[in-house]
Order: sequence, then C-alpha cells, then structure tokens
Amino acid sequence: MRVMVIVKANSDSEAGIMPSQELLAAMGAYNEELVAAGVMLAGEGIHPSARGKRVLFSGDRREVVDGPFAETKELLAGFWIWEVASMDDAVEWAKRCPNPAGAESSLELRPVFEMDDFGDEFTPELREREARLVADLAERRDA
Amino acid sequence: MGLGEMTAAASERARPTATHRAIDAVWRIESARLIAGLARAYGDVGLAEDLAQDALLAALERWPETGIPDRPGAWLMTTAKHRAIDQFRRGQRFRARAEELGRDVEARQEESALDRDPALDALDDDIGDDLLRLIFVACHPVLSSEARVALTLRLRGGLTTDEIARAFLVPEATVAQRIVRAKRTLTAARVPFEVPQGAERTARLSSVLGVIYLVFNEGYAATAGDDLMRPGLCEDAMRLGRILAGLAPEDPEVHGLVALMEIQASRARARVGPTGEPILLLEQDRGRWDHLLIGHGLAALDRAERLGGVLGPYALQAAIAACHARARTAEATDWGRIAALYDALAQTAPSPVVELNRAVAVGMAFGPEAGLELVDQLADEPTLAGYHLLPAVRGDLLERLDRRDEAAEEFHRAASLTRNERERRVLSDRAVTCLESTS
Repeated sequence: MRVMVIVKANSDSEAGIMPSQELLAAMGAYNEELVAAGVMLAGEGIHPSARGKRVLFSGDRREVVDGPFAETKELLAGFWIWEVASMDDAVEWAKRCPNPAGAESSLELRPVFEMDDFGDEFTPELREREARLVADLAERRDA
Repeated sequence: MGLGEMTAAASERARPTATHRAIDAVWRIESARLIAGLARAYGDVGLAEDLAQDALLAALERWPETGIPDRPGAWLMTTAKHRAIDQFRRGQRFRARAEELGRDVEARQEESALDRDPALDALDDDIGDDLLRLIFVACHPVLSSEARVALTLRLRGGLTTDEIARAFLVPEATVAQRIVRAKRTLTAARVPFEVPQGAERTARLSSVLGVIYLVFNEGYAATAGDDLMRPGLCEDAMRLGRILAGLAPEDPEVHGLVALMEIQASRARARVGPTGEPILLLEQDRGRWDHLLIGHGLAALDRAERLGGVLGPYALQAAIAACHARARTAEATDWGRIAALYDALAQTAPSPVVELNRAVAVGMAFGPEAGLELVDQLADEPTLAGYHLLPAVRGDLLERLDRRDEAAEEFHRAASLTRNERERRVLSDRAVTCLESTS
C-alpha cells in the first residue's frame, strides 16, 4: 500500500529559516535509508506559504489569494510517498525520522486512495478522461 | 475443524493487538540487518537466523509490557548477542553447530563473540555489504529453487513462515521444513558468508535476480488460488529489487529487473476487469496504469542503459515493456522498435516463446504476412506443441489476412488447448465470428 507522509509546517519553516546542516545531514541519511529499503517512491520539501497561492472557489466564481497563510500548523513543509506492507510499517518508519523541526513537530500519515476506492462514482467516462490527461502528461514529459 | 472454529481462528489472526502489529512492522524493517550483522559476527547464516528468532521471541514477550524501545534494532541485536553468549557458555547447541562448521569453539569465542559488539558492527558502514552477502548466501546453488525463494523472503524480506506459506499456497509445515533444511544445507556445505567474485559472482547474481523475478511472477500471474494476482508478493519482490539496486548499483541487469517489475506492476490495476476477467494489454485503460511506477521503471531502465554494454534479458524485456508504457494509446505503440528488441532478446536468451512474441510484434509492425512467416517456422517446435497461444496467434494473423476458414480452425484448436475457462470461451467466440463473416 501507499502512504503519504506529510511534514507539517512550523514557525521556522514558514519564516524560511533553512534547517541546520546537522538536520540536513540526518535527513539525507534517513532518505537514503528509505530508498535503500525500497520504501520511498517520492519525496519533496516545499517553500513557505509566503511563496504559495490559493485559488478559492465560490460556486462559479474563482478568487486568487497570495500567501503567506495564517494557520501555520495546518500548512505543509514537505511530503513523502512511501510504499509499505501496512500502516504499522509506515508508523515504524516515521518514528525513525529525525525530528524535522528540532522542537515540537509532527508527521501525518495518510493512506493513498487506490482508484478502486472511488467505487461507482468513478465512471468509465471519468476514467477515460483521466487516461487522456495522463497520456498527455507522459507525452509532454517524454518530449 | 468446523466452520465456526475456522472463522474464530481467522479473526484471531486478523485482529492481533496493536503492539503485536507494531512488532511485526519492526521485524520487517530490522530483521535483515540483524541477521546480516549476526551472520558476519558468527560466520553462519543458520545460526544467525536462530539467534534473531530468539530475540524476536524475547521482544514478543517483553514489549507488550514495556512498550517498544526507542531503538528497537539495537535492542534486538543486544538480546541476540546475549543469547549467543549464553549458548557459548552452555556450549550445547552452539558446540554441535561449531563442530559442524569444523571450527574451534574457544577460538571463535575470542575472535568474534565476546570482544566484538555486533550491535556496533551493524551500525557501521559495512552493513550494506552484509545485506548483500545475506541475499547472495540465500540464493546459493546448493539450495533448491524453492529453498532459495523461501530463505530469501524469510531472511531479507522479513516474512514469517506463515506468510510465505500463505503467499505460495503451501502448508506452513512445508515452508518451515524447507527453511530448516536450507539452513542445515548451508552449514553442512560450509558456505562462507561472502559475496563471490568473478564468474561465480555473475552466476550467483543471476540466481538472485531469478529468485526475485520468480517471487514477482508468483504474485503477478498467480498460478493457483482465487485471485488473479497477489499484490503483496509483487510488492515484496519490487522492494527486494530496489534494495538490491542500492547494494549492487554497478550491475545493469539489476536495474533491468527493477525496471521490468515496476513497469509490469504499473499495469496491475488495469489488467483485471470488474468481474475478475483478464484484460489484454492493448485493450487496457491506460489511465489506470500507475504512472509513478512507470516513472520509476523508466528511470531504472535508463540507468541500465547508461551503464553500457549489451543489454541483458531483463533490461531488454524492460525496454519492450517501456515501449508500451510510453505509448499514449494502443495505436501509438512503436511495434518496429518492439520487434527489434525481441530480435535482440532472441539472440541473448533464445526461446520459442520469445520467437512467438517476436512474430506478434513483426505482424503488428510489418503486416500479418511477415508475422505469419515467422509463426510457421515455429510449427514443428516441440516445446510449443500443446501451447494454446501458438494457434491463437496464427489464427489472429490469418484473420487479418482474411483467410477466415483457416483462422477459425486455429481458434478452435487454441480453445481446445487452453486450461483457462474464460480464455477458452473468448477463443471459441472468435472462431464463430470468423465463420459467420465468411457466409
């Protein structure tokens, strides 16, 4: 199964303060371990919300709001996608992560939806459309 | 056993406590390092596995009360090491074992057990080498193919005997026996805990790759049982492949195998229909392919190709799979390139089945006439006698050439040869369709 591991933001990450060299080294070693164990499929750190944008929807209206956003604890600082045998395995891997903020911080683990989890809502027509989109993306990447 | 009891037993197994599930997870993460470190310290994989199992039992006793320690790997290693020392002191099982090894117990005590701390050894940089040794020893040629598979999953995959038994649909006692015998065989043959060099390394690596691919295929093709696929085994095999790629990054075929597995697995969701029927590659909904796995697979193939040299059979098969993965629609498939890759594969790893696949690709790339010419050369191939896909492919090519009576005959023959009921029906229908359109 796949699990998305969400690194929550904190005041440092939101202020754009880069992690210490020590933490970077520890994170690097941890990532290497995840790769060596065949667990890590993807992983990225993301910039503070000051560089982010939000598109707000209200019926047919669209409004674009620039960052930074207020609710720091609900914001993200990064994420991984892992492939593991169970949620328990994901938890054990997460416990091995260096403390991402040095002080209070948290990782949130969420199982990724498989397409079949959508059930009947995901009609053949929607699948077809997604197929075309994915194929377009693949073509652009290969080009 | 009555149905009620079976259900009770099943739910017992389905609802272990949270701590037990966490211990299982710790075990899957830590066991390989533990066994590898112990095998290096004591020189014997079987003994190392016994010690690691003892440590696991101790954890199962203690951790539900104390909670899981902060560094569970180190706890397990220390516990295993203490067990080893106990055994040295009592001299019982270890003495017998050491005599089998033909080594002096006292000398071994001094050189390895008491003054070296395997817990520290396991944390040093050599652990990668130990993990590689572990896989290579588990795939030693003195072991049968089944034993290699069981031991690799047990030692490196962290699977329990019960999990291996359920995955391969054999009784647990059979797997347990296989593992016990395999460990004894390794000890008796005095197989050293090392990665062989030169030609022997090449041969052993191909044994390792073969074991991993066998596990993958067991999951992907599910030869028996209710499910068309057992995804757990595919994931285990892919994890083993990725681990191996990290340990032996200089071997192009390792990356080739990883690429092949990732690209094949990317189609897992698309190859079974809503009622469990198989869906052929060209008819699959490509939106259901897993593009994260495809990306990984293409990157692994790229690494294999960059390492240079002639592509091996795994990398070639991966390159063929990649042609399909890159095509946005079935019609956009680069059949010319696939035909050329099958050509290369037929030279590297010749087999009538590869030839048949090559004929299909040639038929798609250069027209049914060219494909038929190749298929007809296989008509007398003894290994393909009774293989339903030979007449099925021939029938398809004949149909495209509008030789419908002959095509129908081939589809009938194919239908009579397949053992799969669903496939039989599809082939019979095609025969009927051919005949209807002639009249």
